[in-house]
Amino acid sequence: MADNAKSASQSNVHKWVGTRQVRPDGVDKVTGRASFGADLHAPNMLFGKVLRSPHPHARIVFIDTSKAEALEGVKAVVTKDDICDLPSEMVPAGEMMVNYRDITRNVMAREKVLYEGHALAAVAATSESIARKALSLIEVEYELLPHVIDVMDAMKADAPLLHEDMITAGVEPAPEKPSNVAKRVEFSQGDLEAGFAEADVIVEREFYTHPVHQGYIEPHACLANVAKDGKAELWCTTQGHFVVRGHCAKLLGMDISKLRVTASEIGGGFGGKTVVYLEPVALALSRKSGQPVKMVMTREEVFRATGPTSGAHLKIKMGVTKDGRITAADGLFHYQAGAFPGSPVQLGCMCAFAPYDLEHVRTVGYDVVVNRPKVAAYRAPGAPIAEYGAECVVDELAKKIGMDPLDLRLKNAAKEGTQTVYGPKLGPVGLVECLEAAKAHPHYKAPLGENQGRGVASGFWFNIGGESCATLNLSEDGSAHLVIGTPDIGGSRASLCQMAAEELGIHLDQVHPIIGDTASLGYTFLTGGSRATFATGMAVIEAARDVIDKMRERVAKTWDIPVDAVVWEHGYARPASSNAGAFEPLSMAEIAAMANKTGGPLVGHAAINAQGAGPSFGVHIVDVDVDTDTGHVKILRYTAIQDAGKAIHPCFVEGQMQGGAVQGIGWALNEEYIYGNDGRLQNPGFLDYRIPVCSDVPMIDTVIVEVPNPTHRYGVRGVGETPIIPPMAAIANAIEQATGIRFNELPMSPPKVLAAIEASKAPVADAAE
Amino acid sequence: MRYESPESVEGAVALLANGAAAARVLGGGTDLLVQLRAGLVEPDLVVDIKNIRETRQITLEQGGFRVGAAVSGAELGEHAALKQAWPGVVEAVELIGSTQIQGRASMGGNLCNASPAADSVPALIAADAVCTIAGPGGRREVAVEKICTGPGRTSLAKGEFLVSFFLPERAAHCADAYLRFIPRTEMDIAVVGAGVNLSLDASGQCTAARIALGAVAPTAILVPEAGAALIGTALDDASLDAMASAASAACHPIDDKRGTVAYRVKVAGVMARRAAVIARDRARSR
Amino acid sequence: MSKTKSHVATNVNGNAVEFLCEPQQTLLDVLRDELDLTGSKEGCSSGDCGACSVILDGRLVCACLVLAVETNGHRIETIEGMAEGDSLHPLQQKFLEHSALQCGICTPGFLIAAKALLDIDPDPTETQVRYWLAGNLCRCTGYDKIVRAVLDAAAEMRAN
Repeated sequence: MADNAKSASQSNVHKWVGTRQVRPDGVDKVTGRASFGADLHAPNMLFGKVLRSPHPHARIVFIDTSKAEALEGVKAVVTKDDICDLPSEMVPAGEMMVNYRDITRNVMAREKVLYEGHALAAVAATSESIARKALSLIEVEYELLPHVIDVMDAMKADAPLLHEDMITAGVEPAPEKPSNVAKRVEFSQGDLEAGFAEADVIVEREFYTHPVHQGYIEPHACLANVAKDGKAELWCTTQGHFVVRGHCAKLLGMDISKLRVTASEIGGGFGGKTVVYLEPVALALSRKSGQPVKMVMTREEVFRATGPTSGAHLKIKMGVTKDGRITAADGLFHYQAGAFPGSPVQLGCMCAFAPYDLEHVRTVGYDVVVNRPKVAAYRAPGAPIAEYGAECVVDELAKKIGMDPLDLRLKNAAKEGTQTVYGPKLGPVGLVECLEAAKAHPHYKAPLGENQGRGVASGFWFNIGGESCATLNLSEDGSAHLVIGTPDIGGSRASLCQMAAEELGIHLDQVHPIIGDTASLGYTFLTGGSRATFATGMAVIEAARDVIDKMRERVAKTWDIPVDAVVWEHGYARPASSNAGAFEPLSMAEIAAMANKTGGPLVGHAAINAQGAGPSFGVHIVDVDVDTDTGHVKILRYTAIQDAGKAIHPCFVEGQMQGGAVQGIGWALNEEYIYGNDGRLQNPGFLDYRIPVCSDVPMIDTVIVEVPNPTHRYGVRGVGETPIIPPMAAIANAIEQATGIRFNELPMSPPKVLAAIEASKAPVADAAE
Repeated sequence: MRYESPESVEGAVALLANGAAAARVLGGGTDLLVQLRAGLVEPDLVVDIKNIRETRQITLEQGGFRVGAAVSGAELGEHAALKQAWPGVVEAVELIGSTQIQGRASMGGNLCNASPAADSVPALIAADAVCTIAGPGGRREVAVEKICTGPGRTSLAKGEFLVSFFLPERAAHCADAYLRFIPRTEMDIAVVGAGVNLSLDASGQCTAARIALGAVAPTAILVPEAGAALIGTALDDASLDAMASAASAACHPIDDKRGTVAYRVKVAGVMARRAAVIARDRARSR
Repeated sequence: MSKTKSHVATNVNGNAVEFLCEPQQTLLDVLRDELDLTGSKEGCSSGDCGACSVILDGRLVCACLVLAVETNGHRIETIEGMAEGDSLHPLQQKFLEHSALQCGICTPGFLIAAKALLDIDPDPTETQVRYWLAGNLCRCTGYDKIVRAVLDAAAEMRAN
């Protein structure tokens, strides 16, 4: 391994950073005390329910809600008339951009319903059963329209049109006629033709993937309470309550600061809870009825009406010389966005070939609308799909030139100074270290049996920074109250406390975190983009340093010496040297106790827009066993290796790697949306939408590589997203080694695997090529 | 919706016979409550039979076993003698759903819900189980394969409900087995289910064989041709292959979100063969 | 729709509890909405996710698949009753030590399910643990640390 990369277990010079502490919210979560989105009640509360389209594509001719309104127990009915129509305006939501014009229509349909499950009205009633009865009394006349759900079909000239004014952006000259293609993007560098001309071997493949859902176990839920003067409170499960506040205020036409949003504990998000669905509706119902309104989605609604990630069609072409230099890479990506534009195709284009130091690269992407729910971010949005295709082709290149797949990756690995196709040059990164760790790992050399195979794949995600605020309030006893604004999905509040305790030099038990509501803290962007530990971490460190500076000032005043003569060490203020005076060191508790005598309360604050997020590379190794009589693929062994920069809390870093790997296993083997020709979803539940269960997977071994990110005090890189990227290609590559068959469609479910195995046994086929 | 919990068979029959048109029997509830929640059924009356002692007992009878219709999978799995005598039936029931489902789900409910893919049914058919039905006209005995008449439909008349099953005594060199194919390792509805019940003589020759398949037709089916392929053989590879072909040939499944026609046909033969090997090895050891 | 409520008397976590409920209300509905025991979670309402796991008369079940009226005269254990006074159950402690939870929504269900396992089998293998817990879905952890925590808790409980 390179000198500057150390494994997480070695050379930890810190007291709290890098250690495995029990998380501050842990006891609440193991005793059932923690409050999630659906766990709150309010006095006089109503229950809200949404009317959803049974059709994949239709014009709404009229909606008559009068019978529903007349039902006893119904206190409010809302339709699009109660939600603002908004003009086109792009805003960030996580790592993707969303358009207000589309958000309002997705929350409540206006002219058309664009997918089965699309919301078009909602009721609030004194009981759930009355609310459901009221929905059945709402009369809707639809003018049915032909629908399209496949991305390639949607691009055809005669495809049914979802948005009559959609002219493809990013094409010069702009098309004259509207289509379902919202946008074309392109990234390129070098000379592709020259690059392919240098290659001895060229592989070109097409791939297909189906939409998969984030699969969080907690359905969307919220409780809205709008008072008579229009001041509103919202409790909801979300990855970003400040973003929710902004969206809801816009959709309801209210001042942002009139709405106070509190983030509940969140039962999983993975990107899917960075957008609003029920929240504006619940607020509208509460405003109209004058009572609090609770809304909780059923699991079926989650599947029918909340964003999965895109399905896609890809074409990947790469060239390599006999001695293993990749000379060119070309990717064409068609991603389905669901009913409104905004698939993560651009992010896919940016990441597809990022693990490679390439002179000649081009990626072209199309964002295509189809009659399905609008896609939402899902863990490294866009990248898993694109890198799946690229990593399969890299594997094929390696096989064709007889080179070990890790060696081929090492020879072409992206490193510090590599020019990315999307603009910046990479800073220090840990791909080489991860690849070397993979090569050295006992997993890579373990023997395999018949019908078994091993595959590897790399993954890259750039991670983000963004706005974060933090406040550190010192109590009179010297304990510290840490107020932060990024909801805790995976244990980040523990890592943030560890950083605070490290900076302050006090015991971890003295730092108490709270996720502040939107009124209690400055704007903080959502938890996503693997940014909580990085960006909120930076804010926490800055807030800690701010309060340290203030404590030094108080002590300097008390000792009557200049403030630069006071230093802070291991939780104490001391004179900088004996020249400054013979003063006994003062602890934080002592300084806090005399705060009101020395000038008032001691508070540290930070408001930043964190820059310099470090990308995280990962490499996964997987062994599979293929039952050639049934097509069943079993995961025998799995090792995930990733560069975390610095693992503040190694258990939580491991947890991200393991969780992302298992989501990727599901994506690779069994997860898919199954639609009928009628455009309706046939598997809106956990029975037939098959996420991995406990017995489906082995232990997921992890190796944390640490190549520090120089922009963060502790070297942190975000880690949450990269782990979902390598599994699909790694498993496809393993299945190829086990069966000789290269699959180009996800999921690689038993019927597909068996059919391919049977076809390959036919006398004519030479399936290995 | 009304809920009643009679404590006698007669009480249950009276409620079901005289009660509202849309009455449902409640056993473990693991099918009924899902359907209720989804709005697929709207019964006026739910009759909980779990307080009728007969439906909750496993008793020895004539060397065989009388198993109450509402005995849970977990309880079945804890009955050592039943497991020993009928491992195929017990393992079939134990495959239904998760541990949580097992805590409630019953063989009677699994049968009467009449899903074509129900796990217990192929094993019960292979075992030649007999059902005791109680109704306004008294009790009657019905071979288990006569209960399901189509997806979600049974031959029970209004006022009737399933009280118990009878599984006959096992002789030496007899054993059953059940296997199913699912895409994951747990939790899925069977794509194909195969129940095999074999009798061997002292020299290891097969004297009787019942092969039943699930999820390959509107109801689980007994496949006499598959059984015939094994009778009189030593259950060697050739006869097992012939049996597997006969099993595949008998399938007339549909394409649905759980499997295609071609896939089910192929895997039916694979599963029947594997189950037969397990049953054979069990039978040889008894 | 008939609105007659039934009176139900049960034992919840060792306490005698009475409530009124409608016939179609599930045990999960009543625990969460009438008894304020929101530790059991609703993830799917169809018995596929295990987030609502409780122990009924010593049996692990999904509370969403039991009608509340069925619990009259029966004994229910929920996550709220798992700790012993002010000390956590070894499973709860091990989940914390092993970081076997990330978002925590599935955690009550897993703890109850694991407790039900260790109550009948104090020395399960990894495979047995995985198959027993197959009815509890987790999307965050990939199950690795959960299984380790259960095995570690079992070892500790055997030693004591």
